[in-house]
Amino acid sequence: MSNYDVQALRRDFPLLHQSVHGKPLVYLDNAATAQKPQAVIDAIEHYYRQDNANIHRGVHTLSQRATDAYENARATVRRFLNAAGDKEIIFVRGATEAINLVAQSFGRTRLQAGDEVLITAMEHHANIVPWQMLREQLGIVLKVAPMNDAGELLMDEFAALIGPRTRLLAVTHMSNALGTINPVKRMVDLAHAQGVPVLLDGAQAVPHIPVDVQALDCDFYVFSGHKLYGPTGIGVLYGKQALLESMPPYQGGGDMIRRVTFDKTEYAGLPFKFEAGTPHIAGAIGLGAAIEYIASIGLTAIADHEHALLAYATEQALTIPGLRLIGTAAEKGGILSFVLERIHPHDVGTILDHCGIAVRAGHHCAMPVMDFFGVPATTRASFALYNTFEEVDVLMEGIREVVKVFG
Amino acid sequence: MLDNIRDLYQEVVFDHNRNPRNFRVMENANRTVEGFNPLCGDKITLYVKIDDGIVSDVSFQGQGCAISTASASLMTDIVKGKSEAEAEHLFEVFHRITTSQDAAINLDELGKLAVLAGVRAYPARVKCATLAWHSLQAALKNQTSVTTE
Ligand SMILES: Cc1ncc(COP(=O)(O)O)c(C=O)c1O
Repeated sequence: MSNYDVQALRRDFPLLHQSVHGKPLVYLDNAATAQKPQAVIDAIEHYYRQDNANIHRGVHTLSQRATDAYENARATVRRFLNAAGDKEIIFVRGATEAINLVAQSFGRTRLQAGDEVLITAMEHHANIVPWQMLREQLGIVLKVAPMNDAGELLMDEFAALIGPRTRLLAVTHMSNALGTINPVKRMVDLAHAQGVPVLLDGAQAVPHIPVDVQALDCDFYVFSGHKLYGPTGIGVLYGKQALLESMPPYQGGGDMIRRVTFDKTEYAGLPFKFEAGTPHIAGAIGLGAAIEYIASIGLTAIADHEHALLAYATEQALTIPGLRLIGTAAEKGGILSFVLERIHPHDVGTILDHCGIAVRAGHHCAMPVMDFFGVPATTRASFALYNTFEEVDVLMEGIREVVKVFG
Repeated sequence: MLDNIRDLYQEVVFDHNRNPRNFRVMENANRTVEGFNPLCGDKITLYVKIDDGIVSDVSFQGQGCAISTASASLMTDIVKGKSEAEAEHLFEVFHRITTSQDAAINLDELGKLAVLAGVRAYPARVKCATLAWHSLQAALKNQTSVTTE
């Protein structure tokens, strides 16, 4: 940690160096989306300036370069997740699309009325609604594993919910509203003991926790590029090869076929079967650059830094009268969600914005979590590799100002 | 610090947020509307009693930010005793000043409501200010729920 040079890292992010309402920007909305390092911006610019062409289609040089860059990005993602092969890495729009793909391709063909999908009480809407849609389509049953007041999963209750009709466990690796990191390895083992495959929503986890899908032995793992310092509009579905091979395509079109006649279509092999149409080529290349950038710093060093920020912020926050933390799990990522007595999060968000501080105020696409804690919304500060202890101080000063203004 | 934010958070807003007027359930209301802002999850229940075309009583309940609570409180104060047509007209005036950057603000017409004109500099907060008014409009149209989207 001692040689973690946050000031040097900040220089890699051009956006950070600006003022908002006359105050230096303090960007603490990283769980919504992270800022992009110059390396990512350069990779995208280089692609559009030098290599832009459609992939897998042309015999010309540019098409070959674009194809190579796109497939290199896939290999980079494969190494990042330690997947067994490139065929297991499907490029999609983001975590949301990846979960919908699994729901519609795996779910729709494998599940029947009365079958169960098990999720948890702390899921993002992206890991709730696709299953509710499947419920409408097939009459499946959605089961929800409960949590305690700290925002930790109740493991005994969870284990008891895995039953003979459970066909899939879909659970967040790290909660975006609470910061809770779930014991996913244990959960996968419990599910597998009953023959239940597991989807992990890694949208929040990948920027903070080294992930090894083979060690976890999960069946699907999904994440979005934009929370990982990469571009928006690109994300990843990892799936075990045998499972992906057994699943029908999600969308039809170009690039996902081997041979088409009006009578019959033969689908392409993995991963192309699931990548219909021209993909977000620049996005994949940008994501590859983001992963390489993170690897150059080291995810463990980043996690240590963010942990120290969270510990400091938590300690400081608890000295503010009337402040209540939402999400106090023992295992937490860099998310500080809180409410202030008699002050609505939107008012907190607007006033902090005037101090140059960007936080999220709202339900964080996790309305059931808000209901559980009996609050309409929370204010959430979320930390990234470039945040500093001074910024935590500015945040705390800002919160004290809010309390004073509303006093 | 925070000088220009006082354009939004004026004393009147704090006052109505701390002590909202007509903040109660109305047992004999003849129109009740559930207003919902899906963007932020804010909910309000608006109770209206209309007698012979006159808004004879209006009250609300709910949980919201200072802007939405103050706006609802100010609204109930201002529309009580007005005719349905006058209330509808006030809705339109309020909607215009909070959403249009250049609408002239006629202070005589608006009275205290003018303090909320500052919200138009905060596009993300406009719906907080208009939720109660959309609920009122729904009540005038005899609807029972409304969402701002
Ligand atoms: C835990 C979790 N899952 C899924 C998503 C959805 O990600 P996206 O909107 O990038 O598809 C998010 C994003 O907020 C998230 O935090």
